[in-house]
Amino acid sequence: MKIYYAPSHEYIKVDGNVGYVGITDYAQKALGNVVYVDMPEVGDEVEAGEDFGAIESVKAASDLIAPASGEVIEVNEALADNPRLVNEDAMNNWIIKIELSDPAELDNLLDEAAYAKVCEAEH
Amino acid sequence: MKKTCLHQCHVDLGAQMSPFGGFDMPIQYRGIVEEHNAVRNACGVFDVSHMGEVDVKGPDAEKFVNYIFTNDVTGAPVGQCFYGMMLHPTGGVVDDLLVYKRGENHFFLVINAANIDKDVDWILSHRNGFNVEIDHLSDSLGELAIQGPEAEKIITEVLGIECADLGFYTFKELTYKGKPIIISRTGYTGEDGFEIYCDHALTVEIWNALLASGKVEPCGLGCRDTLRFEVGLPLYGDELSDDITPVEAGLSMFVKLDKDDFIGKDAIAKQKAEGSKRKLVGLELQDRAIPRHGYEVLNENDEVIGEVTTGYHAISVDKSIAMALVDADYAKLDTPVKVRIRRKTFPAVVVKKKFYKKSYKQ
Repeated sequence: MKIYYAPSHEYIKVDGNVGYVGITDYAQKALGNVVYVDMPEVGDEVEAGEDFGAIESVKAASDLIAPASGEVIEVNEALADNPRLVNEDAMNNWIIKIELSDPAELDNLLDEAAYAKVCEAEH
Repeated sequence: MKKTCLHQCHVDLGAQMSPFGGFDMPIQYRGIVEEHNAVRNACGVFDVSHMGEVDVKGPDAEKFVNYIFTNDVTGAPVGQCFYGMMLHPTGGVVDDLLVYKRGENHFFLVINAANIDKDVDWILSHRNGFNVEIDHLSDSLGELAIQGPEAEKIITEVLGIECADLGFYTFKELTYKGKPIIISRTGYTGEDGFEIYCDHALTVEIWNALLASGKVEPCGLGCRDTLRFEVGLPLYGDELSDDITPVEAGLSMFVKLDKDDFIGKDAIAKQKAEGSKRKLVGLELQDRAIPRHGYEVLNENDEVIGEVTTGYHAISVDKSIAMALVDADYAKLDTPVKVRIRRKTFPAVVVKKKFYKKSYKQ
């Protein structure tokens, strides 16, 4: 699966026409202990660049921004009971699974090297 | 932005820094949860040097403090601390503060960092007709809060300062390493604990000694907020403000209407007689979703009846809870309400504001 990154610290892992969206390891470290993940519902449409939910640390809520558009086909229910999974392994504990409506949007995202530079600049 | 005398220590510890009350302050070091639990279970130290201090002395000092402050310091013993507020004539809160009685007609006021300029102007503007000397000491004093069930033992053993004799809300002044310090049994965490005021160099020395002992967790403002919130203590800017009165905030016990005239007395007497239109309540959600400052509180018909002042998924009680200022009609315990969190509303119920039991030493 190819992984793309957004400057707002979400990733999307793409498998054919399906994308797994989560937050990056850099983002989970910056957030600290994740205590709640506010997720959309299956069937909701998410739009690239728009928020689709929020992820909350003890201190604050941060919007989750969709890196690409599509229909939500699954949400990671495990996070409802155990949001700390995001801290344990952010890259494998995706938040939503979407059916991509416009795969060409992926070209606007960053590859791993370009994303690493974004993180470095913020640090 | 202002920096406290411990700023470099925070940076060296790798703290996450953020602006608070005009200062660049540490929010967390190891993590809010770890720091919060250290204070509940053992001992943590907070740099609270951003707090402001004002010294008031002179023949009319007691009269003056009683005029600007809601609690009653009349005839109190030296070494007593008081919590209370300075009020606008409307009853809104200029600031909430601690007052230390240092001597007959000598008091020490500890005020919030964000309000230092406003408070000092307020104090100076009301001194006419009182024979008092007012010294603004904020820039020359550091302050440490050493909090948690182990605090007394650690201060005694690590610092060599005798503090077991201090009762809750009392203080003493002594010379430590050749310098004057004030140590009080006070705090803002709901745990037993102490606060120490001294000059900058000694503040750094005490901080370093505490950390070097390995028995004290450095704690940031992140857990200071979660700790005070869980025991229902107000934060100026959230539960108190220029247009929220102590009656609305449930703090009438700190406003002594049976003493002589003080600023805001008439407004508070009137509000107490008539009943306030808003009340600060506790809310508990069933869901894990987190009510944050400013989120709307709704009744069952989805009409807005107030807003959240502080909310967390609270660490020591593992529940999503909040304090909220709501229409008094909805302030009764067990009243069902809702909180709007982004695009959804979540059911909540009115509960007591003391979400976690305080463990003060009497």
